[in-house]
Amino acid sequence: MEAKGTLKVKTGFAEMFKGGVIMDVTTPEQAEIAEEAGAVAVMALERVPADIRAQGGVARMADPKKIKEIMAAVSIPVMAKVRIGHFAEAMILEALGVDFIDESEVLTPADEEHHIDKWAFKVPFVNGARDLGEALRRIAEGAAMIRTKGEAGTGNVVEAVRHARRMWKQIRWLQSLREDELPAAAKELQAPLDLVKWVHEHGKLPVVNFAAGGVATPADAALMMHLGMEGVFVGSGIFKSGDPRKRARAIVRAVTHYDDPEVLAEVSEDLGEPMVGINIDLIPEEERLAKRGW
Amino acid sequence: MIGILAVQGDFREHELMFQKMGVPTRRVRRAGDLAGVSGLVIPGGESTTIGKLAREYGVEEEARRRYQEGTLALWGTCAGAIWLAREIEGYPDQPRLGVLDMSVARNAYGRQVESFETDLEIEGFDRPFHAIFIRAPVITRVGEGLRVLASYRGDPVFLAGERAMVTTFHPELTDDPRVHASFVKLAEKGVSLKAG
Repeated sequence: MEAKGTLKVKTGFAEMFKGGVIMDVTTPEQAEIAEEAGAVAVMALERVPADIRAQGGVARMADPKKIKEIMAAVSIPVMAKVRIGHFAEAMILEALGVDFIDESEVLTPADEEHHIDKWAFKVPFVNGARDLGEALRRIAEGAAMIRTKGEAGTGNVVEAVRHARRMWKQIRWLQSLREDELPAAAKELQAPLDLVKWVHEHGKLPVVNFAAGGVATPADAALMMHLGMEGVFVGSGIFKSGDPRKRARAIVRAVTHYDDPEVLAEVSEDLGEPMVGINIDLIPEEERLAKRGW
Repeated sequence: MIGILAVQGDFREHELMFQKMGVPTRRVRRAGDLAGVSGLVIPGGESTTIGKLAREYGVEEEARRRYQEGTLALWGTCAGAIWLAREIEGYPDQPRLGVLDMSVARNAYGRQVESFETDLEIEGFDRPFHAIFIRAPVITRVGEGLRVLASYRGDPVFLAGERAMVTTFHPELTDDPRVHASFVKLAEKGVSLKAG
């Protein structure tokens, strides 16, 4: 008996990304640069978050033609983003043969109440989360991978750090509880009890957990690995910088050798201009992407 | 001591399996990490990434030297299998160790939606092994020094040689230590032969 699209096959695929970097790309040429630099996958999209932020308007799934061009350009897995709750966009991406779908707060949400029922799909999904409760709610909906939300398109890692720290703090808190205190904890986290129990027992999320949102330098990537993240998404940080080829390569090495300061120093040298970056305190509350999703 | 190539991929899952079996392991990221290691596991992951990172900091070169010298056993799972193959169809320039006389085709079952799990009959195992195939390569040619221990849909998925093992599926994603135990035996044999 052969089974496709099972939980094991979905979460197992996410395991293969660990210790790797997933890069946002908007053209086949950028995808080739990412592959050459050693990316484990690329995220095909119409505009990088920094441009979405600058240009405004409704941000949607990328044109299937663009996604197909990117899929044809590289041999590594290709991911693509859909709007929160937009399961029709997800059906289109699954039909295209995209390897992973990111139900992303970077795009304009299509449903303010419901996320996609990800169990209904064979293709695996990754979702953003700011804390443990949000992560477990997404996993309960069928997400096979979690990433921090951070604050995409800012080149500022502070929100990703906040989300990673909060998630681990809550995991350690769950571990410290007595078994009979878990139902109250589940209520507080607004997460299903069976998943809360799993985390209590294992001391980690049941799926792979990556950093995302604001990673711009090799040191940012290494920092997130030290904070217990299992790999890194880089959005605007590479192709909005002065020398994308060099920076992409450096961030890949930084994730592999995150606890080897010698290598980190070597790869951080002379990378050209980083993306400019935005101070998050200066972004009005209602324009913060991390607030999207619930 | 079993070394696990830890430049990218699911090396932690291999590590946990060996730990449960009481076998000491070491993460290998630079050539120096191979000292005192009798078997090297190359995990699942992205084969292009693993190939590039293993070439830097001398791991590839040292692994090749030690294998040819007869003091290092090798086991590649999925991406690791690609790394060991002499020929990768369509990607002649992809960085790899390439010491095993075999050819592979990457992602030959299709994209991720075609990934699957199934029960597999393996030669020498008394009951089937639950095998998970994720964007798996297909072994298209088995050359000298390698024997097929399991096939699926007519294609070999488990090969063994005197000092090497190849699986296109992921035993590290299961709770079943039998394939890991086979490799420990192979790696120990290499050491004792050398000592004798």
